[in-house]
Amino acid sequence: MSNTNPRRAFLAAAGAGVAGLGFTAIAPGLHLMAVGEANAAMRPAGTPASPAIRWGLLIDASKCAPGCNKCVEACHDENGISEQLPDPRQNSQWIRKIELVDRRNGRTTTLPMMCQHCAKPPCVDVCPTGASMKRADGIVLVDRHTCIGCRYCMMACPYKARSFVHAPLTEQNPEVPRGKGCVESCTLCVHRVDKGQQPACVEKCPEGAMTFGDLNDPESAISKRIAAANTTQVRSDLRLDLGVRYQGI
Amino acid sequence: MKLLRILATLLFATAAVSPAPTFAGEGGRTPKPTVTIETPGKCVAPAEEMRRNHMEMLKHQRDRTMRAGIRGEPASLNACIECHASKKTGTVLGDGTGFCQSCHEYAAVKLDCFECHQPKAGFKAAGVKQ
Amino acid sequence: MATLNPRHEEGLFYVLAAIGGLVTAVGLGAALYMEHSGHVVTGMNNQIVWGLPHVFAIFLIVAASGVLNVASIGSVFGKKPYKSRAPLSALLCIAMLTGGLAVIMLDLGRADRLIVAATHFNPTSVFGWNVILYPGMYAIVAVYLWTLMERRMNPYSKVAGLATFVWRILLTTGTGSIFAFLVARQAYGNAILPAMFIIMSFAWGLAVFMIVQKIMFGWNAMTLHPAIRSRMKNLLGTFVAAVFYFVATYHLTNIYFAKQTSFEEFILLSGGIFPTLFWLGYVLIGTVAPLLILYVPDLSRIRGSVFIASALVIVGAFSLLYVFIIGGQAYPLDIFPGYDVKSSFMDGAVDSYSPSLPETLLGFGGLGIAFVITTIGVRALHFLPQDDLGELQAAGSIVD
Repeated sequence: MSNTNPRRAFLAAAGAGVAGLGFTAIAPGLHLMAVGEANAAMRPAGTPASPAIRWGLLIDASKCAPGCNKCVEACHDENGISEQLPDPRQNSQWIRKIELVDRRNGRTTTLPMMCQHCAKPPCVDVCPTGASMKRADGIVLVDRHTCIGCRYCMMACPYKARSFVHAPLTEQNPEVPRGKGCVESCTLCVHRVDKGQQPACVEKCPEGAMTFGDLNDPESAISKRIAAANTTQVRSDLRLDLGVRYQGI
Repeated sequence: MKLLRILATLLFATAAVSPAPTFAGEGGRTPKPTVTIETPGKCVAPAEEMRRNHMEMLKHQRDRTMRAGIRGEPASLNACIECHASKKTGTVLGDGTGFCQSCHEYAAVKLDCFECHQPKAGFKAAGVKQ
Repeated sequence: MATLNPRHEEGLFYVLAAIGGLVTAVGLGAALYMEHSGHVVTGMNNQIVWGLPHVFAIFLIVAASGVLNVASIGSVFGKKPYKSRAPLSALLCIAMLTGGLAVIMLDLGRADRLIVAATHFNPTSVFGWNVILYPGMYAIVAVYLWTLMERRMNPYSKVAGLATFVWRILLTTGTGSIFAFLVARQAYGNAILPAMFIIMSFAWGLAVFMIVQKIMFGWNAMTLHPAIRSRMKNLLGTFVAAVFYFVATYHLTNIYFAKQTSFEEFILLSGGIFPTLFWLGYVLIGTVAPLLILYVPDLSRIRGSVFIASALVIVGAFSLLYVFIIGGQAYPLDIFPGYDVKSSFMDGAVDSYSPSLPETLLGFGGLGIAFVITTIGVRALHFLPQDDLGELQAAGSIVD
């Protein structure tokens, strides 16, 4: 047996332990690289989503171009939404462009509308099996392993964010499982976010109207913009504390 | 005599419904599943353990990934499909040839995963950029 | 009315059971087709997510709870003429509950995941609570039936009746809460709905009971004593009027709120089939006509008038539920108040709903299930209400 100084060994172990603890304490939510706007680092394998982060979107409706559908196309491409059913009202749409006309003066605005990732989601309250869930970092998802397709969440959502899959699917993206009989909605491209990328719609918007980032981090681009300008939450009277904010409406 | 007749009937009935004739292979009722391992020796656990426990592994891990957001765990369904998809058909499904389906058909256990999950290996949904 | 020849009666039973069985089988086949092909074969879509099956199912479930009223009036409130009617009332409850639940569960997108529904419980979800309330209902009604039909258990029927009464109030409050808890929909999200559903259950349940009772009495060449008939018909009239009170209050309050006015205008005036069904189906056929028949002495005296009034009440029930459930979804969500909106996802647009054949057959399948259970039940066991007129007269319940 080697002649180890027990005190030295203890100090070495304690030092390593503290360093490790310190690293794990700051690793969740730590932006190791501040690359570009609101790009987070890829979350290390084996770590859960952190409640210290709250992912959100800021959409500047004044920059949104009428007639442009790039965000919708990007979402459908990324998430494998390609089915075209005979009745188009049965097609899934995770994001859609809405054209708003002010009744008083006819002024038009366009903006994309998707799941608002509420902090107090009505869809989560009403789901009988708990399939409709809010992840620790604020993304509202449907756990399709437990979804029974009752569509109660679709009735409950104030933003008509949810779609129901009406027909069997075969062309799913392997990273975005979706199937017949389950309800689905915008996932904030969770499979991309977890890799440190941005949602497809944000990346593809040619006007740069959408910003993605951590609402809980005051230094993130999105937080700075929300602090600097007037932003609104749609149907704020419902007090759902949304993760998606809008400018210009 | 009556007892003998009862015994004979019982024996005959048991034989008729016994699983012995179903033991697979030539002349058996049920064809044996095609379990071709395209890349042997690289699985996350030995074959015996996988055969017995893959359902539990997948079930617990799906909750960790889905609910807690934990990524990169060893038994990722996509990784299984990449390895186990038949080189000929490119999928883990397929009557009698698919890795998952042939075994599940033999065991008469419903395969629910692929209602939602993509069974084709290396499938790129149109327009997806990595 | 002449008694049926016993052989003919038995033949009639088999014919009826077969017809009911056929309707049920076709309904189940439709459910299988919907489950296999997906809801693409139905008229439901991403705007109108609950359709005709839900109209049928909610009628059956609400009426199932309400038909037990007849038993409660006997067991809980001690009114003698209703005591002999309690077993039939309990049977009808089980029959209609089964029919309604079957339709709801078969319409699920993943009907094969019922075990998941039973084992994953979200305490904030009314649907989750239903997983406890409905099986509990079966258990409690089964025990109640036992106390009613087995002589040595009769003393316990009062307690069992009270438990059943409380449980079904919880159940129907839950059914109303399904809609009351939907904060964002203009048709729902209203605290009056649970109470409204309870009153609706009273009216519709009694209407179903009166119809079944009339048919059973007819087959057995029995006539309902005029005093009992009068009590029950007046009760039905009271309930129908009470439902109208709740519906009127609901609409009048909505009209008062500026943010709800356009929705009310749609439902009551401009929405096409919805105002038609509301005013013609529910108000005229389902409320005014039955009230006239039940309360105008010259009309109520006519033989069979109570039967007709009950049938009209049920027509009104289906009309009201169609307007409530489907009309409430056809009107778009008001996501941006003050703006006119347009999109590729039917924002701002009123949706039209045309039920497809599979979902209509599924709905009727539920009625078929209820019918088969009732038919077999009344043939197998002693459910026919038999009034001991002497006893009732002695108790002062009826005067000749």
